[in-house]
Amino acid sequence: MDQLINRRDLLKLAGMGVAVFVSGTAIRAGGSQQKENDSFYFVQLSDTHWGFNGPAINPDSQGTLKKAVAAVNALDEQPDFVVFTGDLTQTTDNRGVRRDRMAEFRDIVSQLKVKTVRFMAGEHDASLDRGEAYQEFFGDLHYTFDHNGVHFIVLDNVSDPMAAVGEKQLQWLQADLKQQDKDARIVVLTHRPLFDLAPDWDWATQDGAAVIDTLMPHSNVTVLYGHIHQEHHHMTGHIAHHAAKSLMWALPEAHSVPKKGPMPWNAAEPYKGLGFRNVEARVRAGQYDIEEFPVLKG
Amino acid sequence: MKKLALFLVAAAIGYFYQESMARPSAKDPQSDEQVIRISAKTFEFEPSEITVKKGIPVTLELISADRHHGFKLSAFQLRADIRPGSVERVRFVPDRTGTFSFLCDVFCGDGHEEMSGTLTVIE
Repeated sequence: MDQLINRRDLLKLAGMGVAVFVSGTAIRAGGSQQKENDSFYFVQLSDTHWGFNGPAINPDSQGTLKKAVAAVNALDEQPDFVVFTGDLTQTTDNRGVRRDRMAEFRDIVSQLKVKTVRFMAGEHDASLDRGEAYQEFFGDLHYTFDHNGVHFIVLDNVSDPMAAVGEKQLQWLQADLKQQDKDARIVVLTHRPLFDLAPDWDWATQDGAAVIDTLMPHSNVTVLYGHIHQEHHHMTGHIAHHAAKSLMWALPEAHSVPKKGPMPWNAAEPYKGLGFRNVEARVRAGQYDIEEFPVLKG
Repeated sequence: MKKLALFLVAAAIGYFYQESMARPSAKDPQSDEQVIRISAKTFEFEPSEITVKKGIPVTLELISADRHHGFKLSAFQLRADIRPGSVERVRFVPDRTGTFSFLCDVFCGDGHEEMSGTLTVIE
């Protein structure tokens, strides 16, 4: 998916209510380059891990997020809003350093031209203190918002260090969904995969199956998440799940190597595997067109 | 005084029982059980590679040297919390050969992602 998308891939993804494009090309679904009347788009950035220091993994750890902010600002058409799907900062045991990193991250992303920015936590931000510092800087760990006919639900599957959503939040989700029509356009934003992508690589949510069961009666649900530091697409029934790339390091495909670990930096192809995405919501059709962008245009 | 003596004897028996149960032996000849102690600490398991025999019961004795960790061995649907100051015992019978990974599933800090190991089951 990182390289060229072929007809087979497009057909496969067509069944997922999504079209995926690569490398910031201008191609749009059906060849249309015009935004439809009922559509809007937003940008998803993920796993920025501000504060990480590992020259062999990313020698530009201080610059990658800033380059991504500049790249978003340079888009021809600005998105309606930006979402960060967790792991904003690299974890630390030091409470003061944790807050310093969050303050620095917030300062950097304040340079985005788009002023509507939605945040959510990753385990690096919230698991060691159950989200205490995160909430001081970025607000609630789970919440909803609506935009142009789409209901967005931000779920927290990280502030519990055992990666559970928890019964209380599940009840909150059930109550929220009761207010929605069965065919409402729903986008769930979260950090970890809600399905068992690779539990032995910690790529799962302990009670993710209960979340999916709760969402299942709704006919138009799409999940956008991070955590696995690579693009990934999966269906659980009619619910599509799309993972985003990281802006600090890439991870290999699940079980493709004996032990999970960051992909080393490749000087010949800097920033390879890193990037962000545009998501165009075509509301009436209930379709989402995902366009992947690199940190630097090649 | 008598009560104190009884208490001390009981405490000593308890201590030696726990120590004998927790020893890092590969196999208990009495019960034909494989007993393996695994120590968790940020950010590794020690040992991180263990080998057991198929069909012979295994007891993993899990201890933490520092903070709350988790142990998850998905292939055999095993998980446990490991907390400092106690020994968590996990028992199972490996019913198939192969190499299976386990990991800490309680986020424990920078380096948590690398905290994993492998269990190899041989004939």
